[in-house]
Amino acid sequence: MNQKTIVTGVIGADVHAVGNKILAYALEEAGFKIVNLGVMVSQEEFIEAAIETNADAILVSSLYGHGEIDCHGLRDKCEEAGLKDIPLLAGGNLVVGKQNFEDVEERFMQMGFTKVYPPNTQLETTINDLNILFGK
Amino acid sequence: MKYLTADFGSTYTKLTAIDASKSEIVGTSTAFTTIETDVMEGYNFALHQLEEKIGEFCYDQLLCCSSAAGGLAMVALGLVPELTSKAAKMAASSAGAKVVRTYAFEISKAEQAEIYDINPDLVLLCGGTDGGNKEVIVNNAKKLCEIDRSFSVIVAGNKSASSDIESIFSDSEKDYVITENVMPEFNKLNIEPAKQKIKELFISKIVDAKGLSKIQNLTNSEIIPTPLAVLNGCELLSKGTEQTEGLGDLMAIDIGGATTDVYSISDGRPTFDNVMIKGLPEPFNKRTVEGDLGMRYSLYSLSNEIDLNALSEEIKVDVKDIVKWIEICKTSPNTLAKKNSIYQTIEEGLAKYALKIAVERHVGKMESTFTPFGQMYIVSGKDLTQVNLIIGIGGVLVNSINPIKILDAAKADKQNPMLLKPKQPNYLLDRKYIFASMGLLSAVDAELALTIMKREIT
Repeated sequence: MNQKTIVTGVIGADVHAVGNKILAYALEEAGFKIVNLGVMVSQEEFIEAAIETNADAILVSSLYGHGEIDCHGLRDKCEEAGLKDIPLLAGGNLVVGKQNFEDVEERFMQMGFTKVYPPNTQLETTINDLNILFGK
Repeated sequence: MKYLTADFGSTYTKLTAIDASKSEIVGTSTAFTTIETDVMEGYNFALHQLEEKIGEFCYDQLLCCSSAAGGLAMVALGLVPELTSKAAKMAASSAGAKVVRTYAFEISKAEQAEIYDINPDLVLLCGGTDGGNKEVIVNNAKKLCEIDRSFSVIVAGNKSASSDIESIFSDSEKDYVITENVMPEFNKLNIEPAKQKIKELFISKIVDAKGLSKIQNLTNSEIIPTPLAVLNGCELLSKGTEQTEGLGDLMAIDIGGATTDVYSISDGRPTFDNVMIKGLPEPFNKRTVEGDLGMRYSLYSLSNEIDLNALSEEIKVDVKDIVKWIEICKTSPNTLAKKNSIYQTIEEGLAKYALKIAVERHVGKMESTFTPFGQMYIVSGKDLTQVNLIIGIGGVLVNSINPIKILDAAKADKQNPMLLKPKQPNYLLDRKYIFASMGLLSAVDAELALTIMKREIT
């Protein structure tokens, strides 16, 4: 048994709780061990939880448009905390307004994210990507 | 039934004689603790004094607790400071230990040397959720083995690392025991098994090492750490028994010579709206111990925590006199401040701050934050704002002319509304210092202990 552990949560001052619960449920059903931090999670909390649980990936949600600012520097902090090369995934309504998703994706990749998802992404897409990331 | 309880403190040995048929305390006595020579000398002297007061006392059962010889000194190791390190500290404190230091992540050479200098009785080794990080706890186990001290180790971390840890310790000369993880899942506390092991090791190892074995031979009940007895007393007074109701949520604050201990018996859930709870859940029966806040042995470190000039203005005493008093207590910790002297004013001023700082470290905190959905409060730790009973323990309170003035420092103040201290507390005093005694008694006759506490703590 080699169950993969994923830390999930909604970053920043964002209190959108419903999607977070659905996502955590779906990922658990897909066979992952989920450490769900809920809403209003700081970067430090993501990192602390990942260290303590020896997580294999961090999945950040943001739905209120401030995701880009909230995620800034997360990769650097992970490196600093010894979470070397941990996959970082982000999704939701990451930015304000109707921006071209390719640009948004590009900026998140620049920030060190492994995968970035536009609004309305199907859960299966993310689950599939995670399985590929973990070499299944 | 007649019971005798004995509390072996760092300075005093306190005896309490209880008559169950009358449901009352028939007498108390105090003598200096003689742990360096033979603990029985002090005990016999106190017993002699007691019998001079009340006549011969043939007890059916002797119950003992001890915080002598520095109490139960522990260090706690965890992984992340706010997670398993904090959980480890909470487990050790609620078992009645004095947690001298808490460490996080892999300990360094300097920290190994520090643990050597602390020379703890027990070490609590935690880290990682079950199935989580193994590396750090395993490496810390190795590093503990390198420290040439005879402490026992309680392992309460990631269960997946237990076989590795077992082989590390079994190859060393360290005494060790492995128990359930203090944090089996992220943000889930499970401190009871570790607490139980600490208690067992205290009984099997520490009692002997602290020169208490002669006392243990006198009684067939186990000697427990005094703070654990006090915590048991608090719990009984709060929850009551099956037949008799308790007093409900409460806090107790014990200002001692070496430490200031704060107890809270309350679920501590937030009592207002728009709240997000952050951080570790905290135990219903919570004890914190502040090793740097005390009226004698820790007076110097206490004085470093407070602004002496502000204190001087507040109590209208020259700063020089305050400094002088601190020096006096440092050189001779057995000094008592004379009633109504300037030194008593200083002592009470210092006690007020010891209590204030200790309570502020114990209670939860809230932060206000603005979200797109309006104002929210983030709460971490216990919300004790609605606790309406605070019990004061310790010589400085009992001997004070105005103990309420000292205890009032535990109350919420308007200047710092983010600290979740009690808003409208009533105060009671443990005038005869019976809390530990009643905590001991609660294990054998809870109803009797509750009746006496309700009568004596006023």
